[in-house]
Amino acid sequence: MTGDYAALARALAPETALVAGALAVLGLDLAWLRSRPAETRLRAAVGVAALAVAAAVGLVLEVGRPGTLAGGALRLDLPALAVRLGVLVLVLGALGITTGAPALRHPVEYVAVMLFAAAGLTLMAAADQLLPAFLALELASLSLYVLTGFDKTRPESAEAALKYFLFGGMSAAFLLFGFSLLYGLTGSIAFPAAGAVLAAPHSGPLAAVALVMVLVAFGFKVAAAPFHLWAPDVYQGAPAPSAALIASASKLAGYGLFARLLWAGASGPSGTVTAAPGWLPVVAVLAGASLLLGNLVALAQTDLRRLLAYSAVAHAGALLLGVMTAGQAGPGPLVYYAATYGLASLGAFGVIAAVERAGGCRRLEDLAGLHRRSPLLAACLAVFVLSLAGIPPLAGFFGKFAVFAAALRYDGPTGPAGGLALLAIALTAVALYYYLLILKQALVAAPAAAAGPIAVPRPATLALVGAAGLIVLLGVWPSLVLGWF
Amino acid sequence: MTLLPWTIYLTLGGALLVLAAGARSAAAARWLALATALAGWGVTLGAAVRFAPAPGLQTLVDAAWIPELGVRYHLAADGISLTLLVLTGLAATAGVLFSWNVTERTGEYFALYLLLITGVYGVFLSADALLLFAFYELAIAPKYFLIAIWGSTRREYGAMKLVLYSFAGSALVLAGLLWARAASGAGFDLADLAAGPYTAAQQAGMFALVFLGFAVLAGLFPFHTWAPTGHVAAPTGASMLLAGVVMKLGAYGCLRVAMPLFPAGLAFWQSAIAWLAVAGILYAGAVALVQDDFKFVIGYSSVSHMGFVLLGLAAANAGAVGGAVLQMFSHGVIAGLLFAVVGRMVYDRTHTRRLRDLRTMPLHRLLPFAALTFVLAGLASMGLPGCSGFPAELLILVGAWKTSPVWALAAAAGVVLAAAFTLRAIQLAFFGRTGGGAAGAPPHPLPPITWPERAGALLLLGATLLIGLRPDLLLGWIGPSLQSPLFQAALKGGAP
Repeated sequence: MTGDYAALARALAPETALVAGALAVLGLDLAWLRSRPAETRLRAAVGVAALAVAAAVGLVLEVGRPGTLAGGALRLDLPALAVRLGVLVLVLGALGITTGAPALRHPVEYVAVMLFAAAGLTLMAAADQLLPAFLALELASLSLYVLTGFDKTRPESAEAALKYFLFGGMSAAFLLFGFSLLYGLTGSIAFPAAGAVLAAPHSGPLAAVALVMVLVAFGFKVAAAPFHLWAPDVYQGAPAPSAALIASASKLAGYGLFARLLWAGASGPSGTVTAAPGWLPVVAVLAGASLLLGNLVALAQTDLRRLLAYSAVAHAGALLLGVMTAGQAGPGPLVYYAATYGLASLGAFGVIAAVERAGGCRRLEDLAGLHRRSPLLAACLAVFVLSLAGIPPLAGFFGKFAVFAAALRYDGPTGPAGGLALLAIALTAVALYYYLLILKQALVAAPAAAAGPIAVPRPATLALVGAAGLIVLLGVWPSLVLGWF
Repeated sequence: MTLLPWTIYLTLGGALLVLAAGARSAAAARWLALATALAGWGVTLGAAVRFAPAPGLQTLVDAAWIPELGVRYHLAADGISLTLLVLTGLAATAGVLFSWNVTERTGEYFALYLLLITGVYGVFLSADALLLFAFYELAIAPKYFLIAIWGSTRREYGAMKLVLYSFAGSALVLAGLLWARAASGAGFDLADLAAGPYTAAQQAGMFALVFLGFAVLAGLFPFHTWAPTGHVAAPTGASMLLAGVVMKLGAYGCLRVAMPLFPAGLAFWQSAIAWLAVAGILYAGAVALVQDDFKFVIGYSSVSHMGFVLLGLAAANAGAVGGAVLQMFSHGVIAGLLFAVVGRMVYDRTHTRRLRDLRTMPLHRLLPFAALTFVLAGLASMGLPGCSGFPAELLILVGAWKTSPVWALAAAAGVVLAAAFTLRAIQLAFFGRTGGGAAGAPPHPLPPITWPERAGALLLLGATLLIGLRPDLLLGWIGPSLQSPLFQAALKGGAP
């Protein structure tokens, strides 16, 4: 077993680096920087944290994909590798925009908690048993609750954190109950055994209950209707970098985890994939509800962050389509869509953070005249929002295209996945309207009289330009990611 | 010929340069934009000189792009695309000249303008359906900003309506293409998609999605309502592009993608499309007859003339389709010219577009060059022999007659309507009451016509006269292209 532990330690080296980084951030500050101005402490913390994330990226690449480890507790395959890398890149971006966000009272602790969240999220990508999966999910979720409530000067932040925590605690209870039923049914905590129960078309009432429990937790994690109710409040109340992390890295890891669980038992002994696993209709209902509700409710929003939240619900619908077809088309479209969607959301919240620092940014009108106040922010926001809307040659288009193409290949225009793809395509025209409302303020409207130019700190600029550049690069050359799978 | 892809790269590079230069100097942005547009046009003309007409697309670049999704970076051209590429270069150049007086956010204006042109060149050069679609959407997005930022009457409404209509249309196209690819199982290359096999019912469905989606942008009745409001709201240069080349993107998509890929679908929907086209010709013509806003007259006349293009496509014989392509060129030139006169020469000086105000000003004496240009362009628009509209509409009517004489007769009434609304606009706008005492003078002296306006007008007038007198220059390219096996599957008999 010692060899096993050595391999386990090696496989978890990235998480170790992240946790060590978090401790280093705290220790360094405690030892030397306590008396310095908050700005300096934040910069130092972000610098150390960025090093830790960079080290984790290196370790993820070094570990590669050795396959199943530690008696099946972890599986480091290609999707796990891709999701871990994606999560780390997104965390790096979130760290960058933290420097451009309004100052928090305990900036160093904030950065440390972000690293804990990152460790939970990368672990989610690697888990292949029910217990490690739950553990990773809770590590990430608890960190995110804390990050949501971190702004102690605004009651909205505390309200959002409480709401997120209550909903999250409830969904964790559902998940645990579902997992215990799965264990009771199979006598195993391995994903393939649990997944086989979930994927079997008619496996009895207990299995049906377990499936519903698991999907409730899944729906909560990715903000799919009708489990999305926390999203608008959290997006609205949380500090912008926290919202960015919740909207990007947490989504990507959530899709990675649940797609793995749901498809784990769907492949037969000969490697063939079940045509229609038993959970498919339920996920299809979630997807359809998310697409319709997200897009239609977003139309009525006047608060920028709530608009992004409902657009996230709409995107969750399209991403669930990617989950439905991940068995046949492979995880490539899903990972590509989730990662590029994460980049665009992260960037949008980064821009919001920078505008908030220079004043307020609640209503859409607060963006007015951004093109004059900061041409760079306006240009970046245009890239992010147009990518969310799915305009080529930005990555958002190719994500949608890959997922919809896979869905139509899966069961044609009359099947559930293909039909949902047609619905989603029709709704992109609806979505363009509310995305253009954002850009209308940012690029067309004149600035308010009191609004001056916006200065963006260099690390935040780097993060925003990097995210925008990646969106363009992955759009012009989607095979950089899709070619892996 | 092999240089044609450089139209895309040059224009895109020019857009970025203009954006950078515009931050410092508006004049530099203008001249750079003009140089970029001229360079793109020069490349198309150079290719036109060396072009050897042959059936089928001549591949220029063919490289793997997204192999996982079956998409290739496949650029190719034939006589039809070459015709429209030359038009794009011409319209882009003229549009820059007529945008010379844009002073607010000049760099951004020309950067978006050139980005739009990049998309247009890309569409006309694409031989992969998805690549074509990507360029098509690239051309849609800048329109919103061009209209909403630099436009006039109800600009935000007009811009949003136009972009949502276009985007809804492109959503239909995307759905149709994905469905076709799911059914055929091969890649998105036009040749692969055309290979099928599709059942007749599938073809009818796919054709409906793709054709309708593209036709929205070509102004198909009753989905044309974005066009007049969008054209009216747009700044002059953008309305010239909209009417001149962007509406052609829709018609080109119908011709290049929908018709050859799904010939059975075309046969199924043929008469419905033809009747909608005829309805568009007559309805838009009748509406143009009663407009008070000068720009709305031109906006509706655009829809009416694009109806001829769609009728030519629906007639589905080589003569009519050749005429439709010629009409695309002709209308691109003439509509650009009309919008230039109305938006730049008249409105920017008089600050009114209402015909009842304009008729009190003796514009033929105050702006003789504008009056002369508009009269010539109006005559071309009416289809006077010697101008490019005449051979185009004649070919379409003759071709439509071959397929169904009723269509041709009904559409011919549209020619009469076009003459009526054009003459009415000429009369009211330029030769109104001249001896009207105090009402006879505009509220302020009108600045003289500038050199960029003269140069742009002469370019466009020259083009319509040249093609009016020598339509064989373009038909010699278009005809052989229609002989390709892909088009032959969709077309029946006849020669242009």
